[in-house]
Amino acid sequence: LYSHKKVGWKPADIISTVEFNHSGELLATGDKGGRVVIFQQELESKNQPQCRGEYNVYSTFQSHEPEFDYLKSLEIEEKINKIRWLPQKNAAQFLLSTNDKTIKLWKISERDKRPEGYNLKEEDGRYRDPTTVTTLRVPVFQPMDLMVEASPRRVFANAHTYHINSISVNSDCETYLSADDLRINLWNLEITDRSFNIVDIKPVNMEELTEVITAAEFHPNQCNTFVYSSSKGTIRLCDMRASALCDQHSKLFEEPEDPSNRSFFSEIISSISDVKFSHSGRYMMTRDYLSVKIWDLNMESRPVETYQVHEYLRSKLCSLYENDCIFDKFECCWNGNDSVVMTGSYNNFFRMFDRGYRQDVTLEASRESSKPRSVLKPRKVCTGGKRKKDEISVDSLDFNKKILHTAWHPQDNIIAVATTNNLYIFQDKL
Amino acid sequence: MFPKGTKRKFSDSREEPVAGGEDVNQSSLAAVRMLSSYSLQRQSLLDMSLIKLQLCHMLVEPNLCRSVLIANTVRQIQEEMTQDGTWQIMTQALSAANAAAQCSADRLVATEVLCRQTEAAQGEQVPKPFPVVGSEGCPAKEVLEEEAAAAEVGMTMSTVSPQAPTSYLPGTFGMDPCWEEEETGEDDDDEEEEEDSEECGSGSEGEERERDSLVEDTRTAEQVFGTFEIKNPAPSPDPALEELFSDVDASYYDLDTVLTGMQSVPKMGPYDLLESLSSHGPSPLSSSTSCRSDLNELDHIMEIIVGS
Repeated sequence: LYSHKKVGWKPADIISTVEFNHSGELLATGDKGGRVVIFQQELESKNQPQCRGEYNVYSTFQSHEPEFDYLKSLEIEEKINKIRWLPQKNAAQFLLSTNDKTIKLWKISERDKRPEGYNLKEEDGRYRDPTTVTTLRVPVFQPMDLMVEASPRRVFANAHTYHINSISVNSDCETYLSADDLRINLWNLEITDRSFNIVDIKPVNMEELTEVITAAEFHPNQCNTFVYSSSKGTIRLCDMRASALCDQHSKLFEEPEDPSNRSFFSEIISSISDVKFSHSGRYMMTRDYLSVKIWDLNMESRPVETYQVHEYLRSKLCSLYENDCIFDKFECCWNGNDSVVMTGSYNNFFRMFDRGYRQDVTLEASRESSKPRSVLKPRKVCTGGKRKKDEISVDSLDFNKKILHTAWHPQDNIIAVATTNNLYIFQDKL
Repeated sequence: MFPKGTKRKFSDSREEPVAGGEDVNQSSLAAVRMLSSYSLQRQSLLDMSLIKLQLCHMLVEPNLCRSVLIANTVRQIQEEMTQDGTWQIMTQALSAANAAAQCSADRLVATEVLCRQTEAAQGEQVPKPFPVVGSEGCPAKEVLEEEAAAAEVGMTMSTVSPQAPTSYLPGTFGMDPCWEEEETGEDDDDEEEEEDSEECGSGSEGEERERDSLVEDTRTAEQVFGTFEIKNPAPSPDPALEELFSDVDASYYDLDTVLTGMQSVPKMGPYDLLESLSSHGPSPLSSSTSCRSDLNELDHIMEIIVGS
């Protein structure tokens, strides 16, 4: 595996979201400072066939700025919570980026030629006196250095009282949903002054609030279907054809609690931090604090597969509650053919689970362990007893080094892994 | 993680609700050692959760998911404590102490119970300094340690007992007059003060500040725990504000109030927080400084509970 990383130096550089576009050629990252950085994969070079195509910075722009809510006397963070690409329709690329309150549609376009040869202006830009213009000259496009421009095309604002945690583009490519803690809204990409509320779980009396929405996503193929997960470990699948307001779910996915594992932290660790449909649309994956679960959409009673990410933390839940790590929201992702799933952990570890071969591996994203063109060495956490060489004991794990955001190329074995300060891109050289 | 000091408090409250004298202390000591660690852990978790709820609104708009999960945890603990009867004991103790309440200041839970039980038990009129217990170590609470780093500690229990409502008082359950009396005993006092001075500084200066800062915002405890006590619904927001923002969805704001008990919290960055905790002067009663004093107060309370 190669490794290729970009480095951020300031707290504002903390990466908060990572997303490949539909072809995998572009990789977008959003950070705490409201910036979006897009990387582009270089075309394969005939001279260096091993160099599959490294990712280099393609475009950088400021998507969101910090704001102040005067009514509540609270700051609105500019941190980018999610980025989602639209399927490409023409030469330009479009993506949606969102902070806690506002979603923006950005157009990223290339310009590699410009018209030259106008005879209407002087050198300094002033318009010439029309009577001095004696020839009709048609400007000609001349090549220029590639310039990538990002321009905001739509701003979808003022529709969310609570913090937006998810956005998802519909397969119809005309609408998208945005979800906050208590509500989900449906938008038309062309219309910014109106959105439809499709889910509302806010209780009449806020004192009765016990559950919030944690993630939501549209089905990859069925444009009428979406799911949303909750802080109580449930996933609800909704059909927009059934009614305008989808408070009544079509399906409720929930695994009964294991009574032997019950503790005061049971609910917290059951809270789902991410939900992702498989590319096929037949399965969905959820991430809770300790595990990844694969659900068959046809079976609501329990997941079909469960993978333990870091079960050794179960005995440390009290400490993790104390230092707030128990509230960390890890994301998860599928590979292109849905055979492998990946998620992050602590100590800059990330885990991959091969569903077919029933194998899993723990890898580390760090400068020390990743030299260019070197193969990543599998890591192991020692859970008790004698610690073998190269193993790490649970107590020496660094809980400040957490990998919350990972992304997998839609077709190839290329993954992007974000640590607190760095982005790592690993490629599988076959 | 759960040292004997904490155990002692807890079991005292179970065994000897109202007592005085040295011999009681010794029998309590024996009873203490048999206390189940489960109850202690549960208590500690409850205290920790309450602190998290209090503090979470100090920064940028709090994370609702986190707040809800913590609040649910507190409810779970409360339900369990109600089921095994420990909740009722605490509530009863509070009611008894309520009758003897003199001061109008409403303070966070622990202080109230401590004050009242002291008065009920000893009938003392004179304020008596109680050094914060540092005996035999204490559970290391990261949150507390951070906040307490610069704060001096000293406690005055009696005169400032609040006129608090009959709402339950979580977090103080471990507090008990027996424990306090034990510390008022000559030997214990010296011992405690020694240990106390290691970590927390002298008592007298803190005592004065404590008295001043205890004359505080009376809504706090009521609001913080309003959610969890069926008898006491959360107080309604300021009617003038309501009217002004009647067309605004203030529901989030309400939850904030309900869960965290503070309405007009000034924005404070992390450095402000530390600064306010280390300030020693008496704080005038005003909403703009109430949260800073509350933090001082909270800090003191938790140190009593935790025994740092």
